[in-house]
Amino acid sequence: MASNSSGGSSDRQRIAQQRLRVIAGHLQRPVDGDSAVLAAEYKAQGEQPGSSREEKTVPRRRQEIMKWNGWGYSDSRFFFNKKGQAEFTGKRYKLSGLIIPALKDWFESTFGASLQHKTPATPILNSSAVHPPTLNETFVEELKSTGIPFSHDAEDRVFRAHGHCLHEIFALREGKFGRVPDMVIWPNCHNDVVKVVELASKHNVCLIPYGGGTSVSSALECPPEETRSIVSLDTSQMNHILWIDEKNLTAHVEAGIVGQDLERLLNESGYCTGHEPDSMEFSSLGGWVATRASGMKKNIYGNIEDLVVHIKMVTPRGVIEKSCQGPRMSTGPDIHHFIMGSEGTLGVVTEVTMKIRPMPEYQKYGSVVFPNFEQGVACLREVARQRCAPASIRLMDNEQFKFGHALKPQVSSIFTSFLDGLKKFYITKFKGFDPNRLCVATLLFEGDRERVLQHEKQVYDIAAKFGGLAAGEDNGQRGYMLTFVIAYLRDLGMDYYVIGESFETSVPWDRVLDICQNVKERIVRECKDKGVQFPPLSTCRVTQTYDAGACVYFYFAFNYRGLSDPVHVYEQVEHAAREEILANGGSLSHHHGVGKLRKEWMRETVSSVGLGMLKSVKDFVDPNNIFGNRNLL
Amino acid sequence: MASKAVYSHRDPMLKKRDDFEDILEERRNSSDLRYALKCYTPVVYKGISPCKADALTNMVLQSSHLHYVISQVSKETGRAVDDVQDEASAILEEMAQRLQLSTIRFFAFTLSKVFKTLFRSICVNEEGIQRLQQAIQEHPVVLLPSHRSYMDFLLMSYLLYTYDLALPVIAAGMDFMGMKFVGEMLRMSGAFFIRRSFGGDKLYWAVFSEYVKTMLKNGYAPVEFFLEGTRSRTSKSLTPKLGLLNIVMDPFFKGEVFDMSLVPVSISYERILEESLYAREMLGVPKPKESTSGLFKARKVLSQNYGSIHVYFGQPVSLRSLAEGRVNRSQFSLVPRHIPKRPSEEIQNFVNDSAYMLVRAQEENMVLKPWVLLASLLLQNHHQSQAPGQKPGMALDELTERVVWLRDLSRQYGAFLHWPDHRAPSDVVSSSLSLHPGLVKISEGRVQLALELGGDVGPKESRSADTTPEEELLSRAVIVLSCASYRNQALHVFLRPALLALAIHAAASTKKQEVFYSFSFLRNMFSNEFILVPGATVQDFEEACYLLVKTGALQITQQEVLVTERGHRTIVFLTSMLDPFLQGYQVVCRFLCEEATEELTEKQFIPSIRRFIIKHLLAGRLRYTEVLSSDLQKNALAALLRLGAVQKLKGVDQGTLKVNTVMVNSLEDTLGGKLPTQKVVVARL
Repeated sequence: MASNSSGGSSDRQRIAQQRLRVIAGHLQRPVDGDSAVLAAEYKAQGEQPGSSREEKTVPRRRQEIMKWNGWGYSDSRFFFNKKGQAEFTGKRYKLSGLIIPALKDWFESTFGASLQHKTPATPILNSSAVHPPTLNETFVEELKSTGIPFSHDAEDRVFRAHGHCLHEIFALREGKFGRVPDMVIWPNCHNDVVKVVELASKHNVCLIPYGGGTSVSSALECPPEETRSIVSLDTSQMNHILWIDEKNLTAHVEAGIVGQDLERLLNESGYCTGHEPDSMEFSSLGGWVATRASGMKKNIYGNIEDLVVHIKMVTPRGVIEKSCQGPRMSTGPDIHHFIMGSEGTLGVVTEVTMKIRPMPEYQKYGSVVFPNFEQGVACLREVARQRCAPASIRLMDNEQFKFGHALKPQVSSIFTSFLDGLKKFYITKFKGFDPNRLCVATLLFEGDRERVLQHEKQVYDIAAKFGGLAAGEDNGQRGYMLTFVIAYLRDLGMDYYVIGESFETSVPWDRVLDICQNVKERIVRECKDKGVQFPPLSTCRVTQTYDAGACVYFYFAFNYRGLSDPVHVYEQVEHAAREEILANGGSLSHHHGVGKLRKEWMRETVSSVGLGMLKSVKDFVDPNNIFGNRNLL
Repeated sequence: MASKAVYSHRDPMLKKRDDFEDILEERRNSSDLRYALKCYTPVVYKGISPCKADALTNMVLQSSHLHYVISQVSKETGRAVDDVQDEASAILEEMAQRLQLSTIRFFAFTLSKVFKTLFRSICVNEEGIQRLQQAIQEHPVVLLPSHRSYMDFLLMSYLLYTYDLALPVIAAGMDFMGMKFVGEMLRMSGAFFIRRSFGGDKLYWAVFSEYVKTMLKNGYAPVEFFLEGTRSRTSKSLTPKLGLLNIVMDPFFKGEVFDMSLVPVSISYERILEESLYAREMLGVPKPKESTSGLFKARKVLSQNYGSIHVYFGQPVSLRSLAEGRVNRSQFSLVPRHIPKRPSEEIQNFVNDSAYMLVRAQEENMVLKPWVLLASLLLQNHHQSQAPGQKPGMALDELTERVVWLRDLSRQYGAFLHWPDHRAPSDVVSSSLSLHPGLVKISEGRVQLALELGGDVGPKESRSADTTPEEELLSRAVIVLSCASYRNQALHVFLRPALLALAIHAAASTKKQEVFYSFSFLRNMFSNEFILVPGATVQDFEEACYLLVKTGALQITQQEVLVTERGHRTIVFLTSMLDPFLQGYQVVCRFLCEEATEELTEKQFIPSIRRFIIKHLLAGRLRYTEVLSSDLQKNALAALLRLGAVQKLKGVDQGTLKVNTVMVNSLEDTLGGKLPTQKVVVARL
């Protein structure tokens, strides 16, 4: 809270600045009727948008811009100011510098938390608490001769020892470090990787590929039983678009590039991939391939497996790639499918050819309020049946709707707040929606203007059949913004005894409602059984629609005051929730992957024979387990 | 966890049970009319989607499950879909309840009047009511009362109304529909009617199961049915029927509800209204067809004192916790949930085990009156004093002494005994006896069964001089069977120790292993007769050992099982308790070996064996009149069929019984202790 202590004058300054920004926003507003509003606007901006081509988000020393024990940029975080109002710092996001007046009440009433009860994180990374590296001297010697940069600095190593699972972040906040990589290497290109993998094989060194570090499956955790030297292979410097082929609409890209850079650079040429996973600010192309990622606009652009045309991967056996860029082949089982979802167990993805599309001419947000979740799901199902899903369509349940509301920034005029009041009155009193049951779907349309408007009408018409009322662009926009700041919010919660996480599944349509209800209830029940003193937040949303089912996201958080081992309790509850998902016909994962967190269910998920197939591939490709992160199998 | 409360042994004395409140007391002191018109606002299931009864039928008819089955039936039979659809509607029409509060209010009024004349008190454990209220809010509820009388379900609804709880819908047998007016009344009080048998009728099954599931899932009302399937004529719990339990559990397995509460309810009657009807029915005097006029007649005959009723609402069992670790629900994710599928073996076993546990939970909370113990003692005495030269009956003070001993024993075995401790034992005995004037008589200070008089149950004329010995025998049998039905109420308390006592008796040596073999043989033999949880042989054996050692009747070393000096009395009592069954099964075996012809069909089995037994009884070759009970005979046959000693032929000779004489013979000898328990037989367990 250092920024806070400087007293009233800075407060006043900030408010003034903020007002300026709001006014500026109003001034810009009228233009957006015609110009495309890019999704990028709602996520963080690299220093100055569009300043220079060479601007890359991720430096070798991540600590320069990112938190070591929390989500995202060091300059962006939530905190409660002296008046007890929540604020978001920094300048990168739309929410940056704004006051969020309702958050405190929501936070306190939802979790039974109090601003008096703080659990601050260890402020600085204590390098001496990190185990000294176990180095393979001959490997290091030969590596030096290649000129590929590397480091065994404690900070560098700690940064690459974790993803963003709750237990990982919780331990960091307490200043605890488990097994961390002994060394970090930053190859600059495919050939560098080939050299590193050769050396690692030669000297029996364990390699763990590292992309954006946003894993939520314990995939980056170093296996504690690993006795060899562990080397983290950080692909972040392999971040160039090597070529763009406008005839075939493909781009050949180095796999270390993070989502926001890829989109920004392609945008400069008038293109996009349209692949926007929620983590796209930090997650990398190679990571997407390795986990079978899914993007929020997959309805138009497809998931990663639909977007990839060609993959180059370096394995201990050599380089694997297809001989041509044919759009589809019948040449036995698709070898890409051994690579996609291999989670770093077979090799390092170095270069990928991806489909690209011209940037959409027009983008429009929208939202629909439904009287209840059941109606909302029915509507999504109908939209999927008619195959008219917009770029993104998501359905939040009542709790999440309220959460979204709590994140409304301070309203700038009496008129807006009056309008809000009127809307609320209309929906709850006039339309008779129960504020404790209603739920909202957020929409994002993309394409040429006319078609977007047509499409919009079609979707709203369907929604109306299920009792849905159009609820404006604002609500929709805020829904998507929430996606990018929710991870920051977890850090805020953790300052006040609140821990939580999200997890996902995919499930056939007919089971969507049941799985939502049962998993949410299971979470509540388990929390109670495990001695959690306060009712948990247990909420879900349907985030993707498919022909045959949907992807469902669960959010779950609770106040852990009074528990001696909150992380253990958390893990037990999450485990139970996953069991419940499987019992209700849900999949082990829709796009987060298996990692080490969900490994125990792999056999029942893919059958013993299936597991054997995967194992035999691993045995052939990497007989000495050089890629020894022990994910998946 | 609730599941643990279903059934736990070790020390049964430590079982905690709730206290009872008499609900008739208030009825006697305030207006019945006001009570019938009281404000009724029950709490409902939190996830309820309120709907009317007709909306319910529409939901059923439009369900994908039913659609699927209709089109399947139409394809198989070549009938038009509409035609099948109409049939489905008709089935539903015939089945559906039409619960109306006004009817309930009518019953609340009339039943108050009836109950007050028939019964001294109706006692309910109010803590159980509170637990039920909680359960109703949380999850769909299935009420599982024991079934001893027609009264049961009206009584249940009456109680729930009294306590302002959600009124249940009740699965009732079609036979009620014979009584036109009453049938409709029952329908309006929440009963829905199912045909007794609809074996292969897919459509019927689909309509029926969908109807039950729809009501349950939507939280429309608690669903009530009788696990035992039909009224127990013997006061022993019947082995559970699984059909409905399968249906109600299905929505949980398929993830359509988060959980559901199964609530065992034990209804114990001090004196059952149908007492002598049951005895006659089992002796072959056909059961009067349910008709409205018959019911009224019955009521007239029965305008006597029927003592008290105890209703114990057991601990709600969470199906989720019951299934934890036993059922892998993901097995249902590969086939659409609306397509009916035969349950897997895993599921079948689970449902079966649960059913047994629930029936045991019912048994455990059945209230036993002192008379039950008296009846047990009097019956045993009756059989033992048949020897010539013995004075019939028992001296009153001897009986008192013995019943006090039995009281203490049964308490140690965990019986839920309602013995008024504040009264002198002799007092308790004489007042208990006076409630059953038709069954016992006291003369010259000696108590005996009212056999010579023929009881007040038989028509007076039948005692005229020209009665045949056979008629005489049957009328005595009515009294014996009535008494036996009281003794049977206590059977579950003594069952396991008694099986052990028999096993010790039958075993070739005192070796523990031998005794165990013998125990598991008997247990297996009698598992159609008594409630014995399948596969729980070892637990039952341990429980029996524990109880008998605790009460000092046995000494068990590493190798041996020894009866102690003072344990003799207990062991004799326990063996005598089961002896009629043991003899009965032997007689059935003998009949099958000696008399069964090639053409014996299942239908003829009961009449022929009845003739056989009467012959033996009259010739004095058989001690136990009880063996005339068709219930015992059917159970014995079922056991033999299960063991493969008898086979039911299929095809042309449908229903013909084929007897494996060698096997039946050896079973008979083993039962009689003439043959050592064969490990082969045990291995079949």
